Amino acid sequence: MAVIVAQHLTKKFKELVAVDDVSLEIEDGECFGLLGPNGAGKTSLIRMITAVSPPTSGDIRVLGKDLKVYPREVKAVLGVVPQVDNLDEDLRVLQNLTTFARYFAIPKQEARRRSLELLHLFQLEDKIDSRIRELSGGMKRRLLLARGLINQPQILILDEPSIGLDPQAKHLVWQKLFELKAQGVTQLLCTQNMEEAAALCDRVTIMHLGKVLAQGSPRALISGHVGDEVLEIEANSGNRKRIIEALSGRGLDLVDAGDIIQVFRATREELAGVLANFPERLRQRPTTLEDVFFKLTGRALTE
Amino acid sequence: MKFFSWRFIRMWQRNRDVFLRLWHSEAPGFVAEPVLVLVAMGLGLGAYIGTVDGVRYIEFIVPGIIASYGMFSASFECTYGSFFRMEEHKTYDAIIATPLTAGDVIAGEIFWGATRSLITGTVILAVAAAFQLVHSPWALLIPPLSFLGGVLFASIAILYTSLVPSFYSFNYYFTLFITPMFFFSGVFFPLSAFPEIVHTISWIIPLTPVVTIARALVWGEVHPGLLWALAIIIVFIVIFFSISLVTMRRRLTV
Repeated sequence: MAVIVAQHLTKKFKELVAVDDVSLEIEDGECFGLLGPNGAGKTSLIRMITAVSPPTSGDIRVLGKDLKVYPREVKAVLGVVPQVDNLDEDLRVLQNLTTFARYFAIPKQEARRRSLELLHLFQLEDKIDSRIRELSGGMKRRLLLARGLINQPQILILDEPSIGLDPQAKHLVWQKLFELKAQGVTQLLCTQNMEEAAALCDRVTIMHLGKVLAQGSPRALISGHVGDEVLEIEANSGNRKRIIEALSGRGLDLVDAGDIIQVFRATREELAGVLANFPERLRQRPTTLEDVFFKLTGRALTE
Repeated sequence: MKFFSWRFIRMWQRNRDVFLRLWHSEAPGFVAEPVLVLVAMGLGLGAYIGTVDGVRYIEFIVPGIIASYGMFSASFECTYGSFFRMEEHKTYDAIIATPLTAGDVIAGEIFWGATRSLITGTVILAVAAAFQLVHSPWALLIPPLSFLGGVLFASIAILYTSLVPSFYSFNYYFTLFITPMFFFSGVFFPLSAFPEIVHTISWIIPLTPVVTIARALVWGEVHPGLLWALAIIIVFIVIFFSISLVTMRRRLTV
């Protein structure tokens, strides 16, 4: 069963079309990744799904409820972890959670119990009475995650949850997200970290300039768009142009990535003939989601 | 269309909790300053003026000080305070992702601003009463009046806050709007002192009806004509409260 159904969503800001006729369905209990370079429309899409920003056109249903009609009921079952730190700096750490619980009308005793439990879970129990500005970036991010869980959400929406975290903190966060998934919490994860998407997501959607370019499991996207292996030629010398000319005559699936030339779905033997006349090194490695991302969204900066 | 719900109380509680932790750092603004003005103007200037409208000068200005410092409290809270929460700390963004809507957040801010006005008005009234400057039991209606005036000034402040790009814009608000009200609404001298044209204009200044009612309550000279002043306040509230909900919601839910 799909818990989030978005149909023909469009969001316009004056001339800019941030989200352009996007439809997607997120299944109960899955972790769904939303990938795309800056300006792809991910954050606009998330703001619409969390009922913070009204769509210019299109419909969203969450757990069968129309978001336009039941925004409060929907927001009550969502946990939102924003990309921008918006912790309440006028309140201490524990108060941040108990005050947030009050927005969800959680009774005082229960709010305190859950808050302490979450602070323990995210290893922040030493910071109960600290000011927000005394926390490190990693601690703030963990507190934002804890805050997103205060209402025991059925659906967790995360915008770049591990941005700015050191590897230890990142793995703590990933581990919590795995545990939540095991408990049946649906997750919508917006990220630019391909390693994170591959590690956590059952399915991902790649967005670019407001549109969905591809959707599927990370594995299926990789084999469908770039195959299992990629051959890379380190061509930073003057031979680069000649190598590309020689390769492109053979109908190979290649990408000119600056100082390296990538060839997908080819064997070493196929290239050996072409490269026989050049000294450049050839190496082979397994493909990743990042290769799919580059292939679909290009290498140029979008902003 | 429903603008806000009872959930606005959550935003109000949030502001109350912050105030209860930090009130001592704000006390100079809403306690010390009005008392200083009252003493300096009332006793210092009052020594030269003698009586105005048949009362000692210090007694003349007490109601106006209550009304105008209530206005200052609500205005500061819903300009600098609200702008800081909205733009610097992104507190509004965090809250509208919960079951509260933008309307609830704004209503919570306005009613909190009004509560600040009520606190200020009540504190000044208590100080004035301690110096035996209050003689009528009607003065017990000063706290609700301060709240009502607070709703008005908080609504106007939120409307302005919803439209401005930066902190600097508030200089205009205080210099060109709040300060003139302080001087042209009968706080320090009767409106009849002005030329006819200024006198007429001062009647449509939002602070004037609040000062007028406050004066009647403190002096115990309550009469049916005050219902007009009350009506003006309520009409202003209906207008500014609803516009500020619309403009602020537009700013928050882009």
